[in-house]
Amino acid sequence: MSIDMSQFYQTFFDESFEGLESMESGLLGLDVGAADEETVNTIFRAAHSIKGGSATFGFTAVAEFTHVMETLLDEMRAGDRMVTEHAVDLLLTSVDVLREMLTAVQNEDDIDSERVTSVQKDLEMLLNGEESVTAETVSSVESVSEEASDHSSGWIVEFRPFDYLLKTGNDPVRLFRELSLLGEYSATVNTENLPLFEDFDPELSYLSWTIELLGDVAIDSINEIFEWVDDDCELKVTAMNAQAEVSVEEVESAVESTVSEVEEKAEDKAVVESNVQELKPEKTAEVKAAPSPAPAPEKRGAKKAATDQGSIRVGIDKVDALINMVGELVITQSMLSQLGENITPEKIEKMQDGLAQLERNTRELQESVMRIRMLPISFAFQRFPRMVRDLSQKLGKEIDLRLLGEQTELDKTVMEKIGDPLVHLVRNSIDHGIEMPDDREAAGKPRMGIVELNAFHQGGNIVIEIDDDGKGIDKEVIRNKAIEKGVIAETDVLSDEQIYDLIFAPGFSTAKEVSDVSGRGVGMDVVKRNIRELGGTIEIKSEKGKGSKITIRLPLTLAILDGQLIRVGGDTYIVPLVSIIESLQVRDEQVNGIAGQAELYKLRDDYVPIVRLHDVFTLKPDSEKLTDGLIVIVEGEGSQVGLFVDDLLGQQQVVIKSLETNFRPVEGVSGATILGDGTVALILDVVGLIKLSKQERIKAA
Amino acid sequence: MAKILAVDDSASMRQMVSFTLKGAGHDVVEASDGVDALEKAKSNQVDLVLTDVNMPNMDGVTLIKELRALPSYKFTPMLTLTTESGMDKKMEGKQAGATGWIVKPFSPDQLLATIKKVLG
Repeated sequence: MSIDMSQFYQTFFDESFEGLESMESGLLGLDVGAADEETVNTIFRAAHSIKGGSATFGFTAVAEFTHVMETLLDEMRAGDRMVTEHAVDLLLTSVDVLREMLTAVQNEDDIDSERVTSVQKDLEMLLNGEESVTAETVSSVESVSEEASDHSSGWIVEFRPFDYLLKTGNDPVRLFRELSLLGEYSATVNTENLPLFEDFDPELSYLSWTIELLGDVAIDSINEIFEWVDDDCELKVTAMNAQAEVSVEEVESAVESTVSEVEEKAEDKAVVESNVQELKPEKTAEVKAAPSPAPAPEKRGAKKAATDQGSIRVGIDKVDALINMVGELVITQSMLSQLGENITPEKIEKMQDGLAQLERNTRELQESVMRIRMLPISFAFQRFPRMVRDLSQKLGKEIDLRLLGEQTELDKTVMEKIGDPLVHLVRNSIDHGIEMPDDREAAGKPRMGIVELNAFHQGGNIVIEIDDDGKGIDKEVIRNKAIEKGVIAETDVLSDEQIYDLIFAPGFSTAKEVSDVSGRGVGMDVVKRNIRELGGTIEIKSEKGKGSKITIRLPLTLAILDGQLIRVGGDTYIVPLVSIIESLQVRDEQVNGIAGQAELYKLRDDYVPIVRLHDVFTLKPDSEKLTDGLIVIVEGEGSQVGLFVDDLLGQQQVVIKSLETNFRPVEGVSGATILGDGTVALILDVVGLIKLSKQERIKAA
Repeated sequence: MAKILAVDDSASMRQMVSFTLKGAGHDVVEASDGVDALEKAKSNQVDLVLTDVNMPNMDGVTLIKELRALPSYKFTPMLTLTTESGMDKKMEGKQAGATGWIVKPFSPDQLLATIKKVLG
């Protein structure tokens, strides 16, 4: 039977990365010197699982590396090893290495074996410097087992099970069947211990056997059959030709004498003991190989495509809720169809009740399905303890990171996209916000700065706040910088909000020099753009000397959108509410340019290009006169355009259907939805429309 | 064909074991830790228990001890799946009432060969 093991890889990678996360957070939470037993246990278990899985699925290098980590953790768990700062640091580095290895294996890349070897060496050095002893022990074990695996032309097996044998789930019959497969077999049963009928307990085993086994059989194969019952019976295996007589007991004593020799050489008794366990004459017992210095690069692994596909792990309770909801839906449906069979006037009220129930079921079902995509934000937060620890070490700052509202749930896709912007913001807070401990003390603050991440739900949004008690944002510095960069004029009067907003202007950076920490080529403008793309907003509040607070608001899900319905001719379109700045009636004198080409609308001090939606989608509008319709000013990626529409209809939440999967991508349209009356409405892609209008203007010019 | 309870906190191991056993025509009940397994074993008499040792909530050794104490599991074969090649973990399982053990890593073929030994 051949089974394609690669089908299990994805699950293995998923659970391994999860395990790494829990190892990391466990390690970060360990108190040096007085480690919490349960935490160490959890860390050990994660390493243990990764080792088991990687060995099973053939990722040898990963298994070997994890084995060393596991050994170290096992000693900590057993209390044989102190949890030192150095050990924790080394284990954290090992977690990184392991993550890199798993990523490489998953992507079928080469493993950086130099780094792996060097960290593995550090781990081994910490464990003990006695690798040579281990190797020697192993080789002497091997020679013993070779002696033991002498063949004989036949064996006599005397098997006397203890009376409780059956209660271990073992059955002599099965053992004999195995034996009979090895060679020519004959058995004599010994009934002398059989009690009188009245004393007979059917659950006990009273018989013993003498078995003759003829043929070229290795004693190891016999011992293997009896390996599980070794301690539950008296077993004697004797060779028929006397000179090759080796019994289990003798093998063991031979092994033991080897051990005592080894023991003298070994300084660390623990090493010897672990080897003793492997000395028992069992075929299944693996002899620990000396760690190979350079694990061969592994090429196996799940296809990359499988990684991108993405899977989601859902709590059973959510699935149960869903099933429950579907159950209710089915009941409502059958009730309605019964009522519908024969409609009489008196049934109408019941029918209305049924419809109301159907509506409630549908809404609940929708909510439950949405919840399946929801994950607690701790998935995005969990990387911060490590990051803050590393950063504060690097910068010499003291930081207390506080995570609040970690159980707040949001859509998986939103979570994936918000991760990097959050990292950037937290880095900024630490790098630019929190002062050096001495400076803080001089300013009358505690040496340890606080960075707080808080997440909570508000309306249909999730709000994430990043709060620090650092030096705050100096408005003057920002203003001067903005003037210097030509973003604003010297005479401009700006409100505080407008000044803070300058931080998000493209190409704006207040760091005096790009530091290793914050300067990663990603500016705050990118952060803002990412958040806008998710349909969210970001704002900063700050007080000089007291700290800053960044507030991000995001929709809970990307599957539903708050939309403004608009009408062009006979068609309805949806504009995402978040991109609408305002809607207004056009006054002729404020429009510049030639009708139909490169029209600009003078909105206060700005000129906003007008996009006639009926031109974009070649429709027949109610009127082509701008004054007859409305202009909806929308913003995307920092530019604004005015969409000319016939009318504004209502606002409503719409479920987004992908055009790409159901039809094909259409320029200027991001998706579609189905309205209450069953008609399909297209959702406008504001950024796409702005790009389109720019191209048009270039063409016209 | 037999009904087998496969217990492991690692989803990939569970998948592998379960797929292998089902491929050989067995019925498989999966459980992710000892507590889960004990509950499932009580409501669902199985012919063989395969359990990981190191698990959260309830480990494999305790699971076997608990199961062995139930009248309906007095003689049921129970095997531990253990990465420990050392004797102590195996013996710990044995003392709790395990029938035997399978050492990880094992291949699907090794798994099938081993359970054949106990299923008869």
